[in-house]
Amino acid sequence: MATAVTEKYRTVIGLEFHVQLLTESKMFCACSAQYAANPPNTVVCPVCLGLPGALPVINEKVIECIVMTGMALNSQIPEFAKFDRKNYPYPDLPKGYQISQFDLPFCIEGHLTLDEEDGGRTIGITRVHQEEDTAKSTHVTAASGERYSLVDFNRSGVPLMEVVTEPDIASPEEAAAFGRKLRQIVRYLGISTGNMEDGAMRCDANISVWPADAPLGDIKVEVKNMNSFRAVERALYFEQERQTRILESGNDTRVTETRGWVETSGETVSQRTKEEAHDYRYFPEPDLPPLQLSREWIEGVREKLPELPAAKKERFMAEFDLSDYDASLLTQSRDLADYFEAASAGAKNAKAVANWMSRNLLQRLNESGSEIGDCKISPDALAEMILMIESGAISNRMAQEVFDQMFDTGKSAKVIVKEQGLAQISDEDELAGIVATVIAENPAAVQDFNQGKKRAIGFLVGQVMKATRGKANPGIVNQKLQEALRQD
Amino acid sequence: MNLSTLTVHEAQDLLGRGETTSVELTEAVLARIEAVDETVKAYVTVTVEQARAQAQAADARRAQDGADAPPLLGIPAAIKDVINTKGVRTTCSSRMLENYIPPYDATVMQKLNAQGSVLVGKTNMDEFAMGSSTEHSAFFTTRNPWDTDRVPGGSSGGSAAAVAADEAVFSLGSDTGGSIRQPAALCGVVGMKPTYGRVSRYGLVAFASSLDQIGPFTKDVTDCAIVLEAICGQDPKDATSAPEVVPAWREAMKQDVRGLRIGVPREYFGEGTDPAVEESVREAIDQMMALGVEVEDVSLPHTDHALATYYIIAPAEASANLARYDGIRYGHAAQDAESMWEAYSRTRGEGFGSEVKRRILVGTHALSSGYYDAYYLKAQKVRTLIAADFQQAFEWVDAIVSPTSATVAFKIGERIDDPISMYLSDLYTLPGNVAGLPGISLPCGLADGLPIGLQFVGKPFEESTLLRLAFAYEQASGVRYTPALA
Repeated sequence: MATAVTEKYRTVIGLEFHVQLLTESKMFCACSAQYAANPPNTVVCPVCLGLPGALPVINEKVIECIVMTGMALNSQIPEFAKFDRKNYPYPDLPKGYQISQFDLPFCIEGHLTLDEEDGGRTIGITRVHQEEDTAKSTHVTAASGERYSLVDFNRSGVPLMEVVTEPDIASPEEAAAFGRKLRQIVRYLGISTGNMEDGAMRCDANISVWPADAPLGDIKVEVKNMNSFRAVERALYFEQERQTRILESGNDTRVTETRGWVETSGETVSQRTKEEAHDYRYFPEPDLPPLQLSREWIEGVREKLPELPAAKKERFMAEFDLSDYDASLLTQSRDLADYFEAASAGAKNAKAVANWMSRNLLQRLNESGSEIGDCKISPDALAEMILMIESGAISNRMAQEVFDQMFDTGKSAKVIVKEQGLAQISDEDELAGIVATVIAENPAAVQDFNQGKKRAIGFLVGQVMKATRGKANPGIVNQKLQEALRQD
Repeated sequence: MNLSTLTVHEAQDLLGRGETTSVELTEAVLARIEAVDETVKAYVTVTVEQARAQAQAADARRAQDGADAPPLLGIPAAIKDVINTKGVRTTCSSRMLENYIPPYDATVMQKLNAQGSVLVGKTNMDEFAMGSSTEHSAFFTTRNPWDTDRVPGGSSGGSAAAVAADEAVFSLGSDTGGSIRQPAALCGVVGMKPTYGRVSRYGLVAFASSLDQIGPFTKDVTDCAIVLEAICGQDPKDATSAPEVVPAWREAMKQDVRGLRIGVPREYFGEGTDPAVEESVREAIDQMMALGVEVEDVSLPHTDHALATYYIIAPAEASANLARYDGIRYGHAAQDAESMWEAYSRTRGEGFGSEVKRRILVGTHALSSGYYDAYYLKAQKVRTLIAADFQQAFEWVDAIVSPTSATVAFKIGERIDDPISMYLSDLYTLPGNVAGLPGISLPCGLADGLPIGLQFVGKPFEESTLLRLAFAYEQASGVRYTPALA
């Protein structure tokens, strides 16, 4: 991508993420936050409908989720935080303001280091703060041509966490990598599904392109409406190209504006310029006293922090002697890592588990588009299969077949082997008998062997395998054949 | 005897002794409303059927509870139309909510209902509690029962007039800048604004969230203590309600006042205070001295800035609090608008009155980018200084004494076109809201046949001291103020 044009310019990107938190209740009322499956406007109360006289009450669990995220992003957690009203009118905003945080958020001054394969740079995190979700508007055009909008308040007041980065991101790929890394963290913390597709995680990007040898200007373009990381990357590419072209023209006509990504046409479209921008008139939320977070409470949250992806990967490499690649792969998600650790504990052979997971299990999951949580093979079942290989009960080759059946049916390796008579024949007497028969029936091959054509033994092994339908233990067959032929 | 003239504690005694019933008491109050409310216009809604049903239920419960009956069981109450009453229209005296029936009860209503009090109706007020006369009601102006050409004060004018005219045994109002104490003074009844955080605001339609507080109107100080005990207490639904124990005020108020110290601020009694009001209040202060209360000079140096501070902070909060009235979910909605913005501007243009619009505009401006620091932030700093003034004075004295209102009730129409003179109505009460302090007003005399209010403002959560002072004064003066309403 290092064309002459891109070397002349540098791209400055800052990201804002809105993450829906997986709490039981909404941010400021007792309504369920798991509203999705319910008919419109049934998961509501005076508070989240903004009825006259209703007051918000803080959901402490939300603060815990946000502070935990801040800790995972290496942020400072100030002891003093407050809430503010962000004022703007819209039908999906029942109070006419959103309760957010302006100048004293829960988490400040953090950073996140990207993986080596994503460039390995450290991106500054400006802040992590609380917001509440809006209701959902649906714009309808009836058959008669009449246009109207419907509002569903089930989503109103669902807790949101906003993560804001410094303008440290230098390319669309890096932006997408950051987003995936953040998603991995919120999933590890178990505080959000992190799904972009259903809006549980949303990304707005600020991007501007400047001549590489000049100071940065103060224009920036905010891009919205991307509902996948792929879309984030594509939209930022488009915008990077668009701005570069304008700069190349020698007449910088750019303005600070908000542009929407249109997935179907693959372009960004201007939605709002600075002159039309809202004055949010932030002021301290008088209905909620400022919060003093005690050091004890903060440390209590720190103790609840699970092992994070980076630390887990390091540990897997050290403790299980995994390659960087395997360790990255197996720490992709907490579920996958937990699966690996459980199977390794059973199999007493982490390397083998890692191999089976990276070569077989993940591939089958990918093909079927399912998650480790949906996998029919339990960690114990995988461990059992690996132990059977090691004990010689099944051969590696048979294990491939057994594994596929386990994946499809959820049956254990033992059951599959028993049902289909797949057990490996390792009984020396039985194999000696079969070897004797094969030697007797193939005098030509025996003669070839005796005349020095050592390769003829391969044919004889094949005959034994054929006679046992592949179940003979190849090591023992070889040994028995050698013995029998020497006696001849 | 006309039962409607009873105080809460008098009614309690009769009910307890079985000499009357809640049904009789309620019928007497309803009859009184029927007789005088056409003149007084205290009520926006009279809940006749509900009141009768509640009275019957109260009598049945008294038969069960006997001596354990709660203090307010069967007592008819009027509620300012800014407090949500489930199933009963709650209008805030605004076109915007003219037909709004709330689906839930305010916490204070739950508390009153738990005691079994009887709701007789919802009272008139200045629209969204913005005003000092009820002239800003979208429906009509309430009349002062002492002189029906005059205002009852506001914004809780309907609640004050209802109690003064015996159209309710007690009532609830809300006080953001004096909206309980000033009308109590002008109507000759007792009114208290408790400490900010004493009473849950859940279900009180918000005007200025950091200043609003619910409180009682009663015919005497004893009733004030009784109602206060019923409505105070921390509420998990209001994050600003305080975890303070609710004292037994009816007993606490009887404690001798000898040795208590009250302060007269040097900055008070300036220009604009009616000489008759000053004279009456100074006489009351002398009477307090005679009771063994020590009187001290104190200084509240930032008094002059209280009005300006208040008229930045209250409108700023109001501008956000009233943003929810957009016609989308409830309330007035403009018909046949062509766009969202037209729907918004017409809904709000039609639904709000001029004073509400004035304050929304002032508040929006004060919070605007480029003006925030000069107005809102500055006002918050001055607010801190005003609170510090009181804190300093309270190192010397137990309460501040002053007139409640600089004047007696003014004529209807007299100040309506002059917002500043209307705002000055609350000069003595505003600082208490700005500093979050409790204040009580009780009658201390008449000038030209119109009641004068005496105010005590106390330390945070020291309502006991205010009730002691007020009760001692009331006992010593021995006057019961009753308007000669036909």
